[in-house]
Amino acid sequence: MNQQVKDLIDNEITNNEVCLFMKGTPDAPQCGFSMAISNMLKILEVNFKGINVLENEELRQGIKEFSEWPTIPQLYIKKEFVGGCDIVKEMYENGELKKKLEESSITFKK
Amino acid sequence: MAMDLKEIEKLIKEALPDALVEIQDLAGDGNHYSATVTSSKFLGKSKIEQHKLVYTSLKGKMGNELHALAIKTKEKHESTS
Repeated sequence: MNQQVKDLIDNEITNNEVCLFMKGTPDAPQCGFSMAISNMLKILEVNFKGINVLENEELRQGIKEFSEWPTIPQLYIKKEFVGGCDIVKEMYENGELKKKLEESSITFKK
Repeated sequence: MAMDLKEIEKLIKEALPDALVEIQDLAGDGNHYSATVTSSKFLGKSKIEQHKLVYTSLKGKMGNELHALAIKTKEKHESTS
């Protein structure tokens, strides 16, 4: 991964408390897994930034190296990698996601 | 490129010998699977670390030949019986 991509990722996760690296955008997701996380965040009324990796092939590969995680979507909260679709879905269902948001002082619908 | 269900199971079991692996072909197209993996190797590890163990067992196939594999990990505790 080149420095430029690393800086780009660093900037995004530093400047956005909740950051979703996804295929497509929150309004027009291009993959069911990306849509799933995006919808969960919308239901919880979390203010998040969706970053479309399909617009940048270097970013699409770079984020996998950065997180040491082979798939997209990837959710970051306060610079911390929280998980991909399966983990976030599980956390959404068992209440851990709300707990995580609360602990991170992120505003959401309770 | 599709991947065979048996091959996925074999790779996971090679890396996690005590694992119970249940795989479902979600769409019947050999391309969208869900796997539930239960292993004692997951004890004391975070969800992210547990999923990484499964990804590692698939030797880079995840995200390539294997497009969609939903993973669920469970910790296997020592049986008392």
